[in-house]
Amino acid sequence: MTRLLIQGGRVLDPSTSLDEVADVLIEDGAIAAVGAGLDATGAERLDAAGCWVAPGFVDLHTHLREPGQEYKEDIASGGRSAAAGGFAAIACMANTDPVNDDPSVTEYILARARTDSPVRVYPVAAATRGLAGEVMTEMSALLEAGAVAFSDDGKTIMDSGVMRRVFEYSTLVHAPVIVHAEDRCLVRGGVVNEGPVSTRLGLPGNPAVAEAVHVARDLMLAEATGAHVHIAHVSTAQAVDLLRSARQRGVHATAEVTPHHLALTDEATAGYDTHTKMAPPLRSNVDVLACRAGLVDGTIDAIATDHAPHAVHEKEVDFVEAPPGILGFETAVPVTLDLVRASELTPLEWVRRLSTNPARILRKPGGRLEVGVPADVVVVDPERRWTYDPAKGFSKSRNSPWAGQEMEGRPVATVVGGQVVYHVDRGVLIP
Amino acid sequence: MMGRDLLGIEDLERHEVEKILETAQRMQEVGQRDVKKVPTLRGRTLINLFFESSTRTLISFEIAGKRLSADVVNFSSTRSSLKKAETILDTAKTLDAMDPDAVVVRHSVAGVPKRIADALDAPVINAGDGAHEHPTQALLDMLTVLEEKGRIDGLTVAIVGDILHSRVARSNIYGFQKLGAEVRVVAPPPMIPIGIETLGVKAFPSLREAIDGADVVIVLRIQRERLEGAYVPSIREYAATFGVDRAALRFAKDDVIVLHPGPVNRGVELSHDLADRRPGVILDQVRNGVALRMAVLYLFAGRPDRPPREGGIT
Repeated sequence: MTRLLIQGGRVLDPSTSLDEVADVLIEDGAIAAVGAGLDATGAERLDAAGCWVAPGFVDLHTHLREPGQEYKEDIASGGRSAAAGGFAAIACMANTDPVNDDPSVTEYILARARTDSPVRVYPVAAATRGLAGEVMTEMSALLEAGAVAFSDDGKTIMDSGVMRRVFEYSTLVHAPVIVHAEDRCLVRGGVVNEGPVSTRLGLPGNPAVAEAVHVARDLMLAEATGAHVHIAHVSTAQAVDLLRSARQRGVHATAEVTPHHLALTDEATAGYDTHTKMAPPLRSNVDVLACRAGLVDGTIDAIATDHAPHAVHEKEVDFVEAPPGILGFETAVPVTLDLVRASELTPLEWVRRLSTNPARILRKPGGRLEVGVPADVVVVDPERRWTYDPAKGFSKSRNSPWAGQEMEGRPVATVVGGQVVYHVDRGVLIP
Repeated sequence: MMGRDLLGIEDLERHEVEKILETAQRMQEVGQRDVKKVPTLRGRTLINLFFESSTRTLISFEIAGKRLSADVVNFSSTRSSLKKAETILDTAKTLDAMDPDAVVVRHSVAGVPKRIADALDAPVINAGDGAHEHPTQALLDMLTVLEEKGRIDGLTVAIVGDILHSRVARSNIYGFQKLGAEVRVVAPPPMIPIGIETLGVKAFPSLREAIDGADVVIVLRIQRERLEGAYVPSIREYAATFGVDRAALRFAKDDVIVLHPGPVNRGVELSHDLADRRPGVILDQVRNGVALRMAVLYLFAGRPDRPPREGGIT
């Protein structure tokens, strides 16, 4: 019997609202006990004094680039980066090459994950074949192969008739449909939030209403069909308002927000740094405040990174040409801890949005420290100071607006299925 | 003292704008000589790096450099032919290795001169980037107005046309306001950028109201591809509602002057006779453009004392 004792940390389990200093004992990959002064004879020990001990984080929105774009990232490097960020499970989007629109691709991703990734990988399959927005995928077969949700992500389905059928069909397989809500006709080449900043910088604007219009459409379609819609990376105040009222009338809608949409405004683009180009774009301060408020009041369920690696040379081009997106895993904890430091979220509620809620949205285990469940655990030092250097991180890519910045808070260890897969002093340990 | 690069008018202090204009007024004399050349920049190398097609601005910078005796090298390539081959930073590093004394950059995307400047040892002069800034155009417009009116402080300047896509508009908004003018903009609503009032200007709903009492009218070039459907219904409707002609100017001051950065779509944004005759002053702008660019090259490329760049190539 293998035993691991995580000792003396502040244990935070949102599923039971537990928040007290205790030990966590893991036996044979499962949580065996949570309490003070546990008998752990012969157990490996992990000192968590001064740290928070929480269910391993679950990232609803990532791009692992394998198969097809392994020069940006692969399942091994992305999985290692996720482990270093405190994530025990990650859902990966379908925009690979080939697209994950066929069970063979889903199975390939899961096979690679089993051998290469220290963390659990949950493939999100395409909602339509080839992400073309026309013919829906074989959702039953994909689900059987291991897909957990369906999404065309950045290739937003513009045809409302197709979207309606996707929502309807998704109720057959009881899986969420994840929507990158941007009306592409309104985006029309926009690369920064439309407003005073786009006007000053002279870059094409992407209006907030492009998101709101699409969120409104898909909330109404989900309501009409009874589907579970999950709105990805909410970025605007209007979208938060639409979600709030839809949830109040019982629409099965969930939502996520990224660390960068909680922390940065469009002013970050003032120097034309392509590491501030995202889809959706960084928004105004009003939008950032609304997203934070939405995350606090539960309108937005989860924090998801939208980890989107791109090679260095791909970002060293002009702002219009550069691909959108940034690395997310290794900066998520320090960046979002700002909400705890600002007293907007308690530590327990912060953990809920990084683990319990995303696990619930995916209908997967995780997000709890109950006795008997698989032991996915993260140990976070909320005060540890460090300098983020992407070159010293685990991703193959470097595209982060936080490169070189002082950070506060860092995962110390990540445990998946009872095994310590990452430790801050020892690196990634498994595989 | 001037900054190291000329990336936009937004970054300049009022006294820096005035210094460039004063220097340009002195340069005008060179163009009137029999032998139009001075040795000021002899032995210095100027690269004109144009990623977007341009005839006027490129020739103007070339003549300006040559009148100052600089060695001028022109490189023109469209963005699309370059983008697969090399990144902006590749370009900057390659040029840097050839030790130019100044690089003049034009690009169809806003921010490229800034990114090149961040990576280059030589000073960078922005010759127009996307819809961001075109500082030498605004400075030559100010020089032309100064020549005509003797002042800029207290004047009313109306800018007419596609403000949304216009770098000339942005640079002129900053420049004329810094020198004390009131700036108004007018365009069909889809061509007014969101938040334009944050630049300190007022957007007017009609050409007549915008021109009312104006001392200076700056007419922007309309790109024909923007006129068909997406932003306004048709060329005919644009010309009828926002085209500037002698009749439209009757609400302006009696001594109004009309500027245009060229080339003019005659009969669309500007009537044929205003393109050629007063109160149109378009050829004066072109003439002043050479003197102004000589001043800019002198002030930015001719500095043995130029401050070291912070950071440099990474």
